[in-house]
Amino acid sequence: MATTNRRRPARSAKSSEELLGFYRQMLLVRRFEERTAQAYTEAKIGGYCHLNLGEEATVVGLMAAIEERDYLFTNYRDHGYALIRGMDPGRVMAELYGRQDGVSKGWGGSMHLFDTDVRQLGGYGIVGGQLPLAAGAALAVSYRDGDEVVMCQMGDGTTNIGAFHETLNMASLWDLPIVFVVVNNQLGMGTTVEVSSAEPELYKRASAYRMESARVDGNDVIAVRDAAKLAVERARKEQKPYLLETVSGRLKGHSVVDPAAYRSKDEIEAVRAQDPVAGLHDRLVGDGVAKVDELAEIDAEIGRIVKAAVEFADKSPAPEVSSLFDYTYASPVPNDSRRLPGEALFPTEPGNQPADPLFPVGA
Amino acid sequence: MAVMSYRQALHDTLRAEMLRDPDVFLMGEEIGRFEGSYKITAGLLDEFGPKRVRDTPIAEEGFTGAAVGAAMLGLRPVVEIMTINFSLLALDQIVNHAAKIYGMFGGQRSVPMVIRTPGGGGQQLAATHSQNVELFYAFTPGLKVVAPSSPADAKALLLASIRDNDPVLFLENLALYNTKGEVPDGDTAGEIGRAAVTREGTDITLVAYSRMAHVALQVAEKLAADEGISAEVVDLRSLRPLDRPTIIESVRKTSCAVVLEDDWLTYGIGAEVAASISDGAFDYLDAPVRRVAMAEVPLPYAKSLEVAALPSANDVVTAVHQTLDAVGRRSVGAH
Repeated sequence: MATTNRRRPARSAKSSEELLGFYRQMLLVRRFEERTAQAYTEAKIGGYCHLNLGEEATVVGLMAAIEERDYLFTNYRDHGYALIRGMDPGRVMAELYGRQDGVSKGWGGSMHLFDTDVRQLGGYGIVGGQLPLAAGAALAVSYRDGDEVVMCQMGDGTTNIGAFHETLNMASLWDLPIVFVVVNNQLGMGTTVEVSSAEPELYKRASAYRMESARVDGNDVIAVRDAAKLAVERARKEQKPYLLETVSGRLKGHSVVDPAAYRSKDEIEAVRAQDPVAGLHDRLVGDGVAKVDELAEIDAEIGRIVKAAVEFADKSPAPEVSSLFDYTYASPVPNDSRRLPGEALFPTEPGNQPADPLFPVGA
Repeated sequence: MAVMSYRQALHDTLRAEMLRDPDVFLMGEEIGRFEGSYKITAGLLDEFGPKRVRDTPIAEEGFTGAAVGAAMLGLRPVVEIMTINFSLLALDQIVNHAAKIYGMFGGQRSVPMVIRTPGGGGQQLAATHSQNVELFYAFTPGLKVVAPSSPADAKALLLASIRDNDPVLFLENLALYNTKGEVPDGDTAGEIGRAAVTREGTDITLVAYSRMAHVALQVAEKLAADEGISAEVVDLRSLRPLDRPTIIESVRKTSCAVVLEDDWLTYGIGAEVAASISDGAFDYLDAPVRRVAMAEVPLPYAKSLEVAALPSANDVVTAVHQTLDAVGRRSVGAH
């Protein structure tokens, strides 16, 4: 039932233009994430911040396989998906900066990018949390006899959490149009797949739910795109779920603040040797698709986009404190508590007044 | 106006809402072929088919989360969790997802869903099947929590919950399903966030919700008949938002209060009610606010121990007596 798709040659690239387009997108993710790491060290960005560095081919290949009408749910390592899915880079950076113009209006931050216009419905910080949600979205599509597909991305560590099994079971039982993608970067924080997973060939887990699955080289953008397209088309036409595992590496720590001291030099060298952006660069030059200067020109253009994104984020105002209670409920209800810390519930009651009238402040 | 059971009111309301709105559908364990553990969904599978009455695997986190996702796309799922004890398996999806999605993404998608689930002890179900953990949900901004005590409120608040655009935890109670009451015709929804004064009185306020709101009414009738004590009953109906003004207005009139709750005392719903009374009616209080709650143990199986651990009408009467004695007001009674 389960099949593998390792090292599928990149013969389906229709044109050099397409490959160049992918390179451009991968470079956008790379440069955006590098700039994000810098902004984090400048304390422009707070909280947790997880980068897609090393996963650019996976991100771009996956996003090339879904259509505008499809829905995307991801985990917290979501910046690259947002950019390639079509969120404005300035608004993505503004979200990381916690600003009013952020895609989630400054309420979500790095882990919670959401843009209903491009049908990317989060950005979830709890490992496995997005899986039942994505299945529910697919259930809604199916309920309405729609032709959309839901793609649900997750990390390798997610395959050990209960929600993974509960969700795969439901998706298969109910014939949901959903593609689960395990982005296997071989590390859950600092724990390797071998240490955490009794079956480290993660795509095989699908067989327990009679679900088709495959493993693909996550550093090969065309291979990822082709494998994901197969999965998406199957979900769309046959209303059957699919599990795709992409295998790539993480170029940096789990998050921006993680120096990854648990990795050996050899390990890091091995990941660097498979750097998908450098790899595609060399391939484009080697195959005569583009010259080094042409690729450098693309890099410069991406640099301008990222710079503009940072400038936009920097200029965007912080959300107004007066908006603090705007998003607790979608349907207003009476007696909804809207107090700031320290404010009295009943300000007119004795003892709750801001100042004692007999002994006014400053008297 | 018809007299019907709490169970019938829930059943009829679910059915009416499914007929009214094709986006309303039901999910849960054993709700279809088995017709629900407590038969609330009896007959609905036959009438609406498996698409709208979806039997799920035993996977509370999975199916509750799936309902959240379906709601994000605009459907109106009504999830049945067999008992509130099992909702703990779905805590991540309820607290970390259903409650957060509207706010955390800046109001881009709401989660119009209902989780129906009964609490309640007293059925010799032992510790893991007899808890009342509605507090966990009432504690959580982003959720709404309602706890109707009468068939009429069950109908009105279920209508309101299904039509609301936020996730609502709809608390039922095993001991209430067979209770009967008048239920208005029509489909007028109630208002989430409003308590009701279900009995007017002047000597003391009894604050309660769900099953204990019944106990409060029984106690109030008994106190009136036996001792001429006039107790006012405030049925909270909504635990989040909590209708503090109605509680405060009553206590300002009676000057003392006893809170009845089926959950544990420490950090419980009663603690919040008592603190709110202290905030809003401190100068009106003649006695400390008393709380009558479950003994703080995992509820035992043996009937003798279970009965001792659960709050009873007698416990409430004792607390009322002690409160009124403390301020020398029981002498106003008929004895």
